[in-house]
Amino acid sequence: MSILIYTESENGKLKKAAFEVASYAAAIAAQNGLSVTAVSFNTDDTDTLGTYGVSKVLNVKNENLSEFNATLYADTILQAAEKETATLVVLGSSANDKFLAPMVAVKLNAGYAPNVVSLPESTNPLKVKRTTFTNKAFALTQVDTEKAVIGLAKNSFGLKEEQTTCTTEDFAPTIVESSSKVLSTDKATGKVTIADAEIVVSGGRGLKGPENWGMIEELADVLGAATACSKPVSDLGWRPHGEHVGQTGKPVASNLYIAIGISGAIQHLAGVNASKVKVVINNDPEAPFFKAADYGVVGDAFEVVPQLIEKLKEYKANNT
Amino acid sequence: MKILVCISHVPDTTSKINFANNDTEFDKNGVQFVINPNDEFGLTRAMWFKEKQGASITVVNVGTADTEPTLRKALAIGADEAIRINATPTDGFFVAKQLAKVVADGQYDLVIAGRESIDYNGGMVPGMLATLTGANFVNMCIGLEVEGTTAKATREIDGGKEEIETTLPLVIGAQKGLVEEKDLRIPNMRGIMMARKKQLAVLEPEAVEAQTQITSFEKPAAKGDVKLVSPDNLDELISLLHNEAKVI
Ligand SMILES: Cc1cc2nc3c(=O)[nH]c(=O)nc-3n(C[C@H](O)[C@H](O)[C@H](O)COP(=O)(O)OP(=O)(O)OC[C@H]3O[C@@H](n4cnc5c(N)ncnc54)[C@H](O)[C@@H]3O)c2cc1C
Ligand SMILES: Nc1ncnc2c1ncn2[C@@H]1O[C@H](COP(=O)(O)O)[C@@H](O)[C@H]1O
Repeated sequence: MSILIYTESENGKLKKAAFEVASYAAAIAAQNGLSVTAVSFNTDDTDTLGTYGVSKVLNVKNENLSEFNATLYADTILQAAEKETATLVVLGSSANDKFLAPMVAVKLNAGYAPNVVSLPESTNPLKVKRTTFTNKAFALTQVDTEKAVIGLAKNSFGLKEEQTTCTTEDFAPTIVESSSKVLSTDKATGKVTIADAEIVVSGGRGLKGPENWGMIEELADVLGAATACSKPVSDLGWRPHGEHVGQTGKPVASNLYIAIGISGAIQHLAGVNASKVKVVINNDPEAPFFKAADYGVVGDAFEVVPQLIEKLKEYKANNT
Repeated sequence: MKILVCISHVPDTTSKINFANNDTEFDKNGVQFVINPNDEFGLTRAMWFKEKQGASITVVNVGTADTEPTLRKALAIGADEAIRINATPTDGFFVAKQLAKVVADGQYDLVIAGRESIDYNGGMVPGMLATLTGANFVNMCIGLEVEGTTAKATREIDGGKEEIETTLPLVIGAQKGLVEEKDLRIPNMRGIMMARKKQLAVLEPEAVEAQTQITSFEKPAAKGDVKLVSPDNLDELISLLHNEAKVI
């Protein structure tokens, strides 16, 4: 018996989130005398999973799976789970993970706990803590089925090294015809995405207009961060919808979230609660965001941000 | 085309979340309920199909009688009929099973649900429903066109978007971007009057066992006070982020 994890890769390379999923599953496995098997698609660096406690990788090399196809991916994960007689399947929380997890759960006849933020409080029955009410609260959830699927919330467990002897096997699942196909993918290359970012720099309506985003992008560049925005900013078309964070947008679970000219409405805060450290730059000392922040600068963004960029450049120059 | 829009009835986004009964239940006291925002985007897109392509729209909710005002609002916006499955929605699987029966009985071509509800579940129902009914599924859907039985859907991916060609029957998980914010509809007087005459069928649930249960709730730990740094002393901010918070 084993724990099966789905490890996502891009252009043949595992994503960082895959190592977090591996670390998490390895910790559960260690407590329960189990081993961790990973299933991965067209991945070249599967060996690195051994560093995070994975003892076997089922690597699927198949042209038909070179592009994401939910039905075929979910079918393959199911076949891997059956082969390994897995009772627990763990996925991450990327867009693809969230697409696949409920499908895998139904196919496996397993209860599904999404947005899980910590190790199980018990494994029999399985009890996990997950976020609910879009990060405004947590729910202790018990899974009553024999098998379970966990969706691990991003950046909730971290990476834990656990050097393990890891073997990679080719795995050839039965693949059926699919009536869905990808026509085109439009993805900014070389940009850090909100989903993967450790630091997110976010701008609100206080920035007055899209022409003022140059300094936001520059600050993000210096920090190796992703850019984000509040809802009105994307509604006004100043920034793309994909950057909108909050209760009706994307959740952000970065290590550092810098909010510039954002008031801190409850719907915005719900989306950034899961970020570990929050910095607010706002010229209104009464802005609600200060109550939710760790560090704050009361000041005009148009003066503070350019200075901060200069100082960070100096700091980076002296520290690398 | 027959469209089913799944409506979840959720606390207004401004709600403060509190729990009752030893933290085992959501405290509905003083809470306003609304159509889940993701479902509102979906319903608005369904209205486009109704007006441009002559589709019919049924809205459905799995819930107790107190969700009826939410269904009536969807009828006032323009849905043709409503179904309420008379049950407490115990978990995502339970809801998906109930909806699967509705889909099978009504032979819907397109099922529009939301990417996630902003209350309990976190994006379970649409994917489960699609898998249970054997329909195609597109999650985080931000664009949808249907011609005959072929659908072109755009979905958000991490850092961009992807266009998918697929076929009906189809389930989508709708979200912001599927329609523009300005196109969302507020029911007008005429809509509200017409909604009173539309059918709201109440059906009894299938016997289904939930797979998961919430045993208790918890609120996030209270936040310590913010540390303010003077705008003239940004070196201190950098030093705090490096030495104290250890995030840069
Ligand atoms: C159903 C619903 C769902 C919603 N979902 C979301 C969501 O998911 N995400 C979201 O973000 N919002 C959401 N909202 C909107 C939310 O209520 C707020 O309206 C929004 O977050 C405000 O955005 P903002 O802070 O950018 O703008 P504002 O509230 O206009 O705040 C601008 C801030 O900038 C500051 N400022 C102005 N000039 C400067 C300057 N020169 N330097 C520094 N600071 C300056 C001001 O002091 C102010 O605090 C939702 C609303 C509803 C009704
Ligand atoms: N009780 C319910 N009745 C009808 N539809 C629901 C219900 N719960 C969830 N849904 C639908 O499923 C979507 C995702 O919800 P969830 O899986 O709860 O995050 C919602 O946006 C609704 O479209």
